Amino acid sequence: MKTKVAIIGAGISGASIARVLSRYENLEVHLIEKAPDVGWGVSKANTALIHGGYDDDPKKYPMRAKLCIKGNRLWHEWVKELQIPHIWNGALIVATEEEDFDELEKLLERGRENGVPEMRMVDRDELFHLEPGLTREAIGALWVPIVGQIGPIPAVIAIVENAVANGVKTHLETEVRGIKVENGEVKGVETNNGFIEADIVINAAGLYADEIARMAGIDYFEIHPRKGEYFLFDEAIPGPKRVLFPTPTPISKGIVVTTEISGHLMIGPNAQDLPPEEKENLATTREGLEQVWEGAKKLWPNLPPKWKVIRTFAGLRPEPTGGDFIIKAEEEVWGFINVAGIRSPGLTSAPAIAYEVAEIIQRDLGVGLVEKTKWNPYRKEITHFFMLSPAQINELVKRNPAYGKVICRCNRVSEGDVLEAIERMKFIGVKTPSVDSVKFRTKATTGTCQGSFCRPRIIQLLAKEYNIPPWKVTLKGSGSEIGIGDVKVLVRGDEA
Amino acid sequence: MSGLPMIQYDVVVIGGGPAGMAAAVKAKELGLNVLLLDDNEYLGGILPQCIHPGFGIHYFKEELTGPEFAYRLTKRALELGVDYYTAARVLEIKNYSDLEKVVIFSSPKGAFEVWTKTIIYAAGARERHAFEIGIVGDRGAGIYTAGEAQTLMDIYGIMPGREIVIVGSGDVGLIMARRFALEGAKVKAVIELMPYPGGLARNIMILKDFDIPLYLSHKVVEVKGKNRVERVKVIKVDENLNEIPGTEFWIECDTVVISAGLIPSVKLLTNIGAEIDPATGGPIVNDLFETTIPGIFAAGNTVLINDLVDYVAEQGELAAYGAKLFIENGGIPTKHWIRLRKGENVRLLIPHYLSGERDVFIYARVKRPMENVEVRFPEIGKRLRLPVVKPAEMLRLKLRKEDIAKAKDGITMEVVPL
Repeated sequence: MKTKVAIIGAGISGASIARVLSRYENLEVHLIEKAPDVGWGVSKANTALIHGGYDDDPKKYPMRAKLCIKGNRLWHEWVKELQIPHIWNGALIVATEEEDFDELEKLLERGRENGVPEMRMVDRDELFHLEPGLTREAIGALWVPIVGQIGPIPAVIAIVENAVANGVKTHLETEVRGIKVENGEVKGVETNNGFIEADIVINAAGLYADEIARMAGIDYFEIHPRKGEYFLFDEAIPGPKRVLFPTPTPISKGIVVTTEISGHLMIGPNAQDLPPEEKENLATTREGLEQVWEGAKKLWPNLPPKWKVIRTFAGLRPEPTGGDFIIKAEEEVWGFINVAGIRSPGLTSAPAIAYEVAEIIQRDLGVGLVEKTKWNPYRKEITHFFMLSPAQINELVKRNPAYGKVICRCNRVSEGDVLEAIERMKFIGVKTPSVDSVKFRTKATTGTCQGSFCRPRIIQLLAKEYNIPPWKVTLKGSGSEIGIGDVKVLVRGDEA
Repeated sequence: MSGLPMIQYDVVVIGGGPAGMAAAVKAKELGLNVLLLDDNEYLGGILPQCIHPGFGIHYFKEELTGPEFAYRLTKRALELGVDYYTAARVLEIKNYSDLEKVVIFSSPKGAFEVWTKTIIYAAGARERHAFEIGIVGDRGAGIYTAGEAQTLMDIYGIMPGREIVIVGSGDVGLIMARRFALEGAKVKAVIELMPYPGGLARNIMILKDFDIPLYLSHKVVEVKGKNRVERVKVIKVDENLNEIPGTEFWIECDTVVISAGLIPSVKLLTNIGAEIDPATGGPIVNDLFETTIPGIFAAGNTVLINDLVDYVAEQGELAAYGAKLFIENGGIPTKHWIRLRKGENVRLLIPHYLSGERDVFIYARVKRPMENVEVRFPEIGKRLRLPVVKPAEMLRLKLRKEDIAKAKDGITMEVVPL
């Protein structure tokens, strides 16, 4: 008799938990997600950093302090096993005022306390040697070499693919409507797609974790969104080699200047608290972007002109009551585990959170976990044309001519890449074809032209592979269809 | 050597739009061995999706639609036996020496290495998008560049939406306003930042014909609608293009079409160090459309954004002629290069250098609209009166070889009111 586990939310936390739990013989794991694809919530839009673990005060935020550094260490294995795009380039927390050093000393001390290795102060001379483009106002910095950067959605996708390969069942476009609890024990999850039986329910619902908890009668915390906005610049604009932070303030690590893993200069985020009901508010704002621009300029005075911006976007941090991660089995509802309030450094902590949950299942719920004799830790990334040599292209073209056909000019994505992406989408149960699903797997549409050339081609491929008319292909799920019908639909007057 | 299949040509033409096709046809007619490459599945570039008339009046001496114009060039190229690959993307150009270039491209038939004496780069342009022009808000479906909307409608037969707001009153935006209106959509507004419309006069007529409101000195600043566009926020701007607080209003729509100008595609040229003119966004060229890299020519919208396809094709032919001269002489022969400079009210002009060996057409745009002006070339004493000049309408003026010969080292073009 297997123990049935339902994980609510296929973001970085839920996906990581699913992967770790897929290791055990005696668990049947269900991963439930309301979006059409995985990683589209909080995990989608963030600074994509693997933090160092020096930020979080172990007295105030014990969970964050413990799991961040542990997560950082685990990512080294995970990115290799799962072929997740990443770079370990380190971070500099920059001082521009004498009093900043007091704060940096505190961070250094805290880092040591949390077990962060290899941190040290650098003086002005060394700092400009490391980052010549920094503001002349800089007087020194804290150097944290263990900081890295990762593709956050590619990470979620890789983890879910691996979890599915190891027997996890996904339920996409499945919205949780209720938690069935009898005699103080969870029995399962009510969804728009029927009832999913479960002995253990893990609430990894990001911004909605408070609402899911309330469905189980747990209401001691609330999640409010904290918005952060970003600019992404065109390629070939020189950015810093390392992640640059200003000296932090009590509410935020500050506006970061970095070269993200695809080589684009990125600046952000600011921090704007929104009321709990604004969990869908991902709109960029002029005020917010202005704040980001001004903040980034303080560290990196040579910002490119505004017309070199290729994208602006916003993300929401799920800020919990109390500020620390809420990761525990709830005593009053047996089998209900909260993984809530996973704000920064959530992406970094995710693998450690997953092991923490496995531990909770054993320790607090008394479920002995039996390891599978055959568990596959590896997952192969899809083909990326932009990483191939011409000779490798010719090898692939022998197998399928689509690999020689570039459809995204800016980022050099081939039709073969896209077809592989679609295959992978189907493998994890993506039912509604969307351009975004292809974008996050291939990088198509994210270059200089932002998809005006390749999006129509991707739409054709999705329509063909999913066997639907092209106007029914969506940008990002139901309600975001590309068109309203064929080109004569209005003239004929018979649109749906 | 890369170990790739190797081929050799006199000219490789990169881009199968009107500039590239005209260049390939002309080069073949001039007896050169030509390879034409395009990354689309069909030849013609953007023309096949421009189903409106207005093409070819100068070049073919009759009015055609875009697909007809493309068909004629394609037919001619096939008759002449121009070698071509479609779905072929150039990955790299190497400037091996002044007499030899390498083009590496990928196609469904595989990757190839082409050795060639000359290259004609005719890669066209891309459109500016919503993020570049500072529009904020939601990022749902229903935000398209004009060209993308045109591809969806006229190549793939998809209707993007019902209620349309067009950002920018340039030719592309106006033509799309008409396309949407013809297919039964409601075009609610065309929003133009400048105090005057941006397109050719014949296209501005579209607004009257289809009863479409034009808002001059306005800009779209925000889009609302999480999954799909629901409305856009518009604000008035003053003569310095600064927003006027309190003038905001919303327009309900499900589709926003961005027509905010084109930017020459020059990445492969800049990769090998061709000099770019910040005013045009395209390469610096001489009177045969040769770039600053010997033997690499450019033509069409990759050099500067043209109003008319006829000029684009003309530039392609000139580049082909340049390639022929280059191959025959091991370089472009000239006694000295004369710099063409921008003077009063000239925003951009090409060619940047004149050889003095031949008559040339100068293509230029003014900075601001003016009536009753004189175009002057003071160093050579040439003057020309024009009733009106507008930034939207490119000037094409002939300078004769004898006139150019009068210049010592440079010629300035200025546009001054009379």
